[in-house]
Amino acid sequence: MDPQLSLLLNGIVSGLLLGGLYAAAAAGLAVSFGMLDIVNIAHPALMVMGAFTVVVIGTALGLDPLLVALLQAPLFYVIGIGIYGIYHHFFERRGEEALQGLAFFFGVMFIVEVGLVMAFGPEQRFLDPDYAFITWRLGEIDLPLRMLVPAVLALTVVGLLILWLRRSFTGLAIAAVAQDAEALRLMAVDPVRIKRLAFGISIALAAMAGGALVVVQPVEPASGQIFIGRVFAIVIMGGMASLPGMVTAALLFGVVENVTATFYGPSWSPAVAFGWLLLVLAFRPQGLFGRAA
Amino acid sequence: MTDITRRNLGRLALASGAFVSPAALGQGANPIRIGYAMSLSGGLAANGRSSLLAHKIWQEDVNARGGILGRPVELVFYDDQTNPGTVPALYTKLIDVDRVDIVVSPYATVMIAPSMPVIMQRRMTYVSLFGAGVNEAFKYDRYFSMNVAGDDIKGTYGRGFLDVAFTLPTPPRTVSILAVDNEFAQKAAESVRHLGRQRGLRIVYDRSYPPTTVDFAPTIRAIAATRPDVVFFASYPPDSNGLLRAISEQRMTAPILGGGMIGPQIAAVQQQMGPILNNLVNWDVYSPEPTMRFPGVEAFQEKYRARAHAEQVDPLGNYLQPFAYAQMQVVEQALARVGRIDQAALAADMRANEFKTVVGDIRFSALGEWAEERNLFVQFQGIRDGDLEKYKRPGAKVILHPANLKSGTLRTPYGAPA
Repeated sequence: MDPQLSLLLNGIVSGLLLGGLYAAAAAGLAVSFGMLDIVNIAHPALMVMGAFTVVVIGTALGLDPLLVALLQAPLFYVIGIGIYGIYHHFFERRGEEALQGLAFFFGVMFIVEVGLVMAFGPEQRFLDPDYAFITWRLGEIDLPLRMLVPAVLALTVVGLLILWLRRSFTGLAIAAVAQDAEALRLMAVDPVRIKRLAFGISIALAAMAGGALVVVQPVEPASGQIFIGRVFAIVIMGGMASLPGMVTAALLFGVVENVTATFYGPSWSPAVAFGWLLLVLAFRPQGLFGRAA
Repeated sequence: MTDITRRNLGRLALASGAFVSPAALGQGANPIRIGYAMSLSGGLAANGRSSLLAHKIWQEDVNARGGILGRPVELVFYDDQTNPGTVPALYTKLIDVDRVDIVVSPYATVMIAPSMPVIMQRRMTYVSLFGAGVNEAFKYDRYFSMNVAGDDIKGTYGRGFLDVAFTLPTPPRTVSILAVDNEFAQKAAESVRHLGRQRGLRIVYDRSYPPTTVDFAPTIRAIAATRPDVVFFASYPPDSNGLLRAISEQRMTAPILGGGMIGPQIAAVQQQMGPILNNLVNWDVYSPEPTMRFPGVEAFQEKYRARAHAEQVDPLGNYLQPFAYAQMQVVEQALARVGRIDQAALAADMRANEFKTVVGDIRFSALGEWAEERNLFVQFQGIRDGDLEKYKRPGAKVILHPANLKSGTLRTPYGAPA
């Protein structure tokens, strides 16, 4: 195969795998920020918290990190419900969610980061399953399982979530609360309860993303910071309330980053990827899959 | 039950005083206060916290010997949160409000540089920890650096790495350079660029990457496509992990691979990377080889390792920890010689004298850097797993450069099994 073509194909494939990790990281935010309009800037920090608990539980019990990530999701769902309860009581209920709510989630982010340092120390933590050191080769295309397995898990979870949101009454109520909470009341559904449930799901998704992150790279308490810009950009680019849009944007982000890194160097990757975001928003302000107001 | 009255308390104090040495009585009154900021949270916290442990061990050692000038030592420190913006205010508070007697620096260039204007304005003598070329711009005459890099990073940093590369049976002809976008890494890359050209090496790849990079697979593939003889990285954790994992996944090999990767010096990375580190030639500052058994270093490490687990810091202490201890030894020896807290006299003493520390004998240059640079280039050899015990003994990280500390010979290529 032509070396340039090989580089291009590997850039695209590795970009898709990276996009899978981005989709995992952004899935919860697509629910909280995209559907509920809650600017949860602490989402990546909660993902890292999930990664730390995966390391602790997985190391203690000798379990696969992705399995632990799935098992711990209910715990994080409860944590999410708790966080939303505080947010709703002190900010949303009073109509002060815009700026003060943002400050609240900044506070949550710092508390999570410092709490992780206090609880686990500042050192890197890791939990490598055996498959993380295996690379499948399809001709000249490399498929490291370290990237492939988390990507497959992320896309599967997002796919199931999309199905649930479209097929179940509660799922439809979550989609509806983003559009018109008052209309939901007319159907005898408590919008606060639905938002609480949806926010809990978003934090459970953060915990699962933490498991994916541990497989890809070691984590430290501040690891979430490098994802903040990317995950918000992906949710906005995808069209806020659209999970398929979020997945498409995540994959596109990954491919653009990696193809740029291959041919023009990694320092251009963020500039080109965020340039794409600006371009998309210039022509489709509602995002790739968003509906025009 | 007897009530504690002022008179009873006085009697108790007198009675207990009979069992306390006069020196200790004198110490309690007026400690020498050493103030600094340190990254105890945020991205630099891993090294910041282990430095703090080293400082505490030094403090306990000194106080057990009766303190300095008959006074105990007290450490006054604040968490800078790895946020350079907090540093000037913290040093202003330490000097103007807490009125500490001595200030030393936080860890790393990025945190030291913002403290300099405050330090210079107050004319404090300042011993820094792992700052690279901080004083090049300030040229402050009371600045002293605990770092092996020396005055001329561009002219010396990459020399050892290239010296090692030119011991290959077939002299190298090409080099690739990849460096993270930060000051130290860029200086390191510039050094290899500069010295590589001097030696006739053709640069076949020369790029930077942002610290937010997650996936290094495309970058490594692009480097591998240029087939360099010498592969130089200047990276920080966790990027170093990402680079090494991508190299391993793509089975990339090269006669010499490594350079200035920060990460493989740290126990957590050694544990995770295991055999991936085998034959990596990398910059370092300390290795427990027979050639580096400086007086006191093993005793320090024994104390450090006994407490590292409880303090949740690097369990080995083979990186900056002995240097953090030595940073305080410089202050201690200067104070002991000068005999009083006099910033000008302390600076004059530091400029004039040699210091005997756990990282060897040190003399400072006019700029305050080490008068003789001592960049180590080590090679990981015979690494088959992530067990950390081997890193406490000689042989796992042999020193290839400088010649006076050399403890092994180069094995090549990188990518060969252990």
